[in-house]
Amino acid sequence: MSNILLSIDAGTIEWSRAQFALTAIYHWLFVPLTLGLAVIMGIMETCYYRTRNVFWKDAARFWQKLFGVNFAMGVATGIILEFEFGTNWSNYSWFVGDIFGAPLAIEGIVAFFMESTFVAVMFFGWKKVSAGFHLAATWLTGVGATISAWWILVANAWMQNPVGCVFNPDTMRNEMVSFAEVALSPFAIDKFCHTVISAWIIGAVFTVAVSCWYLLKGREKKLAVESIKIGAIVGLVASVGAALSGHQSAFRVAKVQPMKLAAMEALYNGGTDQSLTGIALVNPFVQPDYANEAEAPLKIAVPYALSILATNDPHGYVPGINDILNGYTRPDGTIEPSADEKIERGKKAIDALAAYRAAKFGSSDDGSIAASHLQVLQENMPYFGYGYVQDKADLVPFVPINFYAFRVMVGVGCLLILFFMVVLFFAYKKDIVMAPKWLHWVAIAMVPLAYIASESGWLVAEFGRQPWTIQDLLPTWASVSNLQSSSVMLTFFIFLILFTTMLAVEISILMKQIKKGPEYEL
Amino acid sequence: MSYEFLQQYWWFLVSLLGALLVFLMFVQGANSLVGSLGGEAEGRRLIINSTGRKWEFTFTTLVTFGGAFFASFPLFYSTSFGGAYWLWMIILFSFVLQAVSYEFQNKLGNLLGARTFQMFLVINGIVGPLLLGGAVATFFEGSNFIVAKDNLTGMQPVISQWANASHGLDALLNPWVLVFGFAVFFLARILGILYVMNNVNDEDIRSRASVRLVGSTIVFLLLFVAYLVHLLMKDGYAYDSVTGVISIEPLKYLNNFMEMWYLLVLLLVGVVLVLYGIIRTIISKTYIGGIWPVGIGVVLTVLALLLCAGWNNTAYYPSTADLQSSLTIANSCSSEFTLRTMAFVSLLIPFVLAYIVVAWRKIDSKKLDKQEIVTDEAY
Repeated sequence: MSNILLSIDAGTIEWSRAQFALTAIYHWLFVPLTLGLAVIMGIMETCYYRTRNVFWKDAARFWQKLFGVNFAMGVATGIILEFEFGTNWSNYSWFVGDIFGAPLAIEGIVAFFMESTFVAVMFFGWKKVSAGFHLAATWLTGVGATISAWWILVANAWMQNPVGCVFNPDTMRNEMVSFAEVALSPFAIDKFCHTVISAWIIGAVFTVAVSCWYLLKGREKKLAVESIKIGAIVGLVASVGAALSGHQSAFRVAKVQPMKLAAMEALYNGGTDQSLTGIALVNPFVQPDYANEAEAPLKIAVPYALSILATNDPHGYVPGINDILNGYTRPDGTIEPSADEKIERGKKAIDALAAYRAAKFGSSDDGSIAASHLQVLQENMPYFGYGYVQDKADLVPFVPINFYAFRVMVGVGCLLILFFMVVLFFAYKKDIVMAPKWLHWVAIAMVPLAYIASESGWLVAEFGRQPWTIQDLLPTWASVSNLQSSSVMLTFFIFLILFTTMLAVEISILMKQIKKGPEYEL
Repeated sequence: MSYEFLQQYWWFLVSLLGALLVFLMFVQGANSLVGSLGGEAEGRRLIINSTGRKWEFTFTTLVTFGGAFFASFPLFYSTSFGGAYWLWMIILFSFVLQAVSYEFQNKLGNLLGARTFQMFLVINGIVGPLLLGGAVATFFEGSNFIVAKDNLTGMQPVISQWANASHGLDALLNPWVLVFGFAVFFLARILGILYVMNNVNDEDIRSRASVRLVGSTIVFLLLFVAYLVHLLMKDGYAYDSVTGVISIEPLKYLNNFMEMWYLLVLLLVGVVLVLYGIIRTIISKTYIGGIWPVGIGVVLTVLALLLCAGWNNTAYYPSTADLQSSLTIANSCSSEFTLRTMAFVSLLIPFVLAYIVVAWRKIDSKKLDKQEIVTDEAY
């Protein structure tokens, strides 16, 4: 994906991408469990507050202990993510910092302080504050984490669908013109709903799995049964919610990132009445020859489903990779330019920007010439980022990762709905304690599966938008810091060792805590 | 609210966050002394549990400081973090180690052993204040970078470049950066000692703390006074508010304090409060509230220094490689719209501070002692 005309070391770009991906993937191992367990333990402590039955207090404290072990790692990986925007993506930080910095600052002021203040009360305040204050602290810890998710997802959504900003050629950056458009963009709302709801699934699966392990061991039966009842309800509601919000997300992606959808579907040539691929033989290791193949081999598809997913119309038009590269006409008659034309217009925009600045800030200071260059720049600004692209093949994300990650996410998501329905049936209509042992084992097996599905969602979201850090405005190779690749490679491996070691420690501690079980007051 | 006012306002907020961060580094200061203050394992655990109830405030303030800088002065964020890569990375590594160490250290199955995690806390306690202090010193001493916005239209589109291959470690070759860094380190120790004396109800620890307080104070005062004299005597980087042209001005920081007399008052009040808190703690056997006057004094002093670095047409991040690349609050800030929008968000800060105070008081309503470590929730 490197650009041979630029003097940035290709290794720097790739190692910076790898480092950010590594941090984000690790971060997302811990955050969804934090968000999900916050709901579970909040419900349990509410039960305690309402009934004053000490069982619920013990249960809440047990899940809070597991929450605490996991919480620290989320915090540790989160700080790295924030600062990596500056350390590894410094050009990005300047080019869009005027917009992108605001959600991060608000996240700190509004969410992080709420989280960090009340998490201390939650852990250490059982004997120091009233039951009501403690309950509020527990919920506010979860609310803080969720608000934090809101703002970071607003920031991420803005990168995928940059709205509410204009480019200022005098300051050489994009500047915010509408905070509401940034903070409440439909893309951000969909992303928040889908991401946070999917995080609740992780918390629910974890709760059900730990409880089923206790049932397999024949211990902590009351805790296990009550936890399964709460976890499975949260899980089923969240799984269905994730499916619905997922559909809405896909609909939105089809509108603003059609190349991502084409890559997710391995859709080389689009059209109307498009079917949704169930499975096809896409070589997982190489980019397919989309220019010469009609479609992926051995494709098994659901008729019209892709058109419905992308347009809410079974006969809707969905462009494929070649359509997007060669240009196409939308159903409303508007024309989407070809990649070659976008590249040409992007270069025109960059040249006009250079000429504008030379005219305005150079020795001649010719206002009329500057104005004419400014007009050219504004006409071509929507394609500015394409000016940094040399080969239109760079505009196609790596199809196999998108294709398979999307299927894993959707497949496991459907499986989770079925799983929670079965668990709920046994929990409420039968006796979950006496349920077949395979169900308990399946519950444990669902933990890694749910994580894989959750991470797959992020793979689709982030690999699918390549090569853009900001859709159509800035590719990765114009976003990085000018560092030696060896420096970034070294920090990548330091992070890899550090995070992996800490993950191993966390898993080991969680196992011991689970084996130890809850501590009962009575 | 004019654009100029918003720039000044946001520099004030960033400076305030920086000042609060220095105060909250009592966590690091106490952790760096965990062995000598705590003595045996039980005492060490008591100290770690004492700072463990506050470490998230320090951590969150650091993150918010970064976020606020990003939102209000993005050119600093991109230039300093992308340029002084290794300096910031080492700071981050140390904070990652800290974040997990509290929770993991005494848990069954922690694989690395409690001593390893305690060592991580000590490493963060030393590296954090030292390097953050060093990073702040570059606001006065300068850094080796070049900013060229026209790069965006060229073959090499990155606008901020570090002018040497050290990526920030070169700052540690400047003796004055080290003097300031060590001053912050010993200040953090003083704050840590005073915090522990106030928060932990243990006579052995308190008596050891009062001995350590004297040593740390002497070293801190030597370093701080030396740096303050150096700062007041040194040249600074001034900019023309109309043309934006940056030039060297002799005795710039002394002039700033003279022209902004209220900052001088702030600095003097801060220093007096710091000295009062320390001296009263040393001479009185029963006084344990020194953390509060010293803490307020530290916030005022650091606030005065940071405001002096950025207000009064001063380049707060001078470039030693290219004078005109130096960052000022005017040339590095966000747009007027963003600063104004964020100014409205900043109105939430008093509300945030209020619930922090309430929660802090609730948690600290009873001093921490060895009994509580055994009978209550503890790290």
